[in-house]
Amino acid sequence: MTTPLAGYLLVAALLFAIGLGGALVRRNAILVLIGIELMLNAANLNLIAFWRFGPHPEALTGMMFAIFSIAVAAAEAAVGLGLVIAIYRHTNTAELDKIDRMKG
Amino acid sequence: MSLTFYLLAALTLAGGLAAVLLKHLVHCALAVTVAFAGLALLFLQLDAQFAGFAQILVYIGAVAILIVFAILLTRGSDLPKDGVFSKTWYLGLVIAAGVFAVLGWAVLASVRAIPQQDVVPTVTVHDIGIALVGRYVLPLEIVALLLTAATIGAVIVAMHEKERAK
Amino acid sequence: MATNSFFVNLDQIFILLRNWLVGFLPAVLRPAAGVVLGVIAIVCVFPGLFALTTVFERKGLGRIQNRIGPNRVGPYGLLQPIADGIKSLTKEDIVPLSANAAVHFLAPMVLVVTVFMGFAVLPMGRNMVLVDMDAGLLFFFAMGAATELSVFMAGWSSRNKYSLLGAMRAVAQMISYEVVLLLSSVSVVMITGSLSLPKIVAAQSQYTNGFPHWYIFTPWGLAGFIMYAIAATAETNRSPFDLPEGESELVAGYHTEYSGFKFALFFLGEYLAMFSISGLGTTLFLGGWSAPFSFLTWVPSWFWFFGKVMLSIFVFIWMRGTLPRLRQDQLMNFAWKFVLPFTLLNLLVTALWRFMGEGWARWVVCTVILVAAYVVMGRLEMRSEHFGRRSYRYAE
Repeated sequence: MTTPLAGYLLVAALLFAIGLGGALVRRNAILVLIGIELMLNAANLNLIAFWRFGPHPEALTGMMFAIFSIAVAAAEAAVGLGLVIAIYRHTNTAELDKIDRMKG
Repeated sequence: MSLTFYLLAALTLAGGLAAVLLKHLVHCALAVTVAFAGLALLFLQLDAQFAGFAQILVYIGAVAILIVFAILLTRGSDLPKDGVFSKTWYLGLVIAAGVFAVLGWAVLASVRAIPQQDVVPTVTVHDIGIALVGRYVLPLEIVALLLTAATIGAVIVAMHEKERAK
Repeated sequence: MATNSFFVNLDQIFILLRNWLVGFLPAVLRPAAGVVLGVIAIVCVFPGLFALTTVFERKGLGRIQNRIGPNRVGPYGLLQPIADGIKSLTKEDIVPLSANAAVHFLAPMVLVVTVFMGFAVLPMGRNMVLVDMDAGLLFFFAMGAATELSVFMAGWSSRNKYSLLGAMRAVAQMISYEVVLLLSSVSVVMITGSLSLPKIVAAQSQYTNGFPHWYIFTPWGLAGFIMYAIAATAETNRSPFDLPEGESELVAGYHTEYSGFKFALFFLGEYLAMFSISGLGTTLFLGGWSAPFSFLTWVPSWFWFFGKVMLSIFVFIWMRGTLPRLRQDQLMNFAWKFVLPFTLLNLLVTALWRFMGEGWARWVVCTVILVAAYVVMGRLEMRSEHFGRRSYRYAE
């Protein structure tokens, strides 16, 4: 908008809101995970934008944080999707509305 | 604000919207891949080449494929009968809109205080390497441990049970 | 000497040609025009090589199988690609009725685009790299990772059991061997200290006593190159790892439902992936554009690069004609239980090589460790197989 950094931050905020909306609105567990990945990506965009336009970009703080965030997000996606597959095998459904009991 | 920024932002947001709104799961997965690609290009525009290529390699090359495999293993092709959105979808929409309103207000209200740096930072892979084994060696080791634990855990959780309970 | 400058000019002939062509434009447009000319050159040269390779493959496979390949179109069948091209362009483009039209249409395009992007960082001669990126190797692998998604898109969108099976097998295989590819390149990066491909080639183009410093001539380099070659064969779905597209197994795997020009695009994408992975292999291990002996440096650098790439393609074709196909579980077992641990050990040996300093001691130590590991791991893998004495039965 007025400054380049504000533009990137607004895009990141919008993407975050879209991811959050998706995670709250959809029924399928995998789509919730997709929403979570979108939120993590929005946070990464925030980090890189602040690294680029903030003071001391040679300290690499923002870039490092983003790279570690990418690694952690990949690990979390793997575990989350493994859980969804295990739940599907047990209850034969991947919809969150139907998985509302603790009893197996 | 250059034209490429607007185009890339539009691409990313369109991909994200399509990912949460489309009915068919595999279409959603492909749309989120487009969003990842748009984000990688935004990173490249912000002169963060390593982060951009790592984003493509990890997100498009691994996470998107994981999502697709999970959709196929959980029979995502069968659409549920009573719609793909939950019954209380309007609440989710309100919450998301509220979050965006707060974040947007925070950004626009502090525009004057936002730092502005117009010098393009020259970051070489060498610098990133030195930082990784110098200042950030503890997070590096912890992430290595985390990834090992996550991989083993995901395999065990998703593995076929060899014997049912007798 | 006059001949010296002649050979230097011959070496740089493409750069000089580009500079001369770009000189006609105003200075503002020159960098962009230079890049566009480089892109045009890549888009023309590699598909041309692809056409030549299809003929060589068919004739080579034919000779290995004791028959002559195609020999009707042109002298010795060399104009066969033209006939193939006309055939695939004029065939009817059939799209299944229940197929997902948009994804079905996009899949071959995504494949060809991502494979072409990989060529941007390969140094094809002295000063002949299209974009000299600081993280060039990472860019190359990022593009390789993006091709897997197009394979899945093709298989899923056809709404065909065989296509989907082929696509899942292909993606599983490509992911497993991608890890091996990355790790075997990491040893090269460790020794060179840079991810930039022109720097890796420059580090290998020195000579001691006439012999080059190519990484394949070191113990870890040889082990790394063999692992890289195995992974490259599996990444491009070539025999003996071509279960996802073997004709006797799965009709045609993930490109069953494609005909005409889209099939030609898949074919082009597969061969271009072969070229680009061979190009990366020669850059990392075989010294890129540097000559094998110091007295041969007068031969142009692009000749050596393309010669080495064509040699790798020849080895690919040879393997296809000779080795039987691996089953899917054998292939995955091989990747995760043998090749990956061996590649990790190779990383350790590379570090040992680097820190032991010059001398004959490091050669002996590294070779002994690698050979011992190979024998031990091989024996461990073969414990469960019970091979009797080999017996032959000849046809009467």
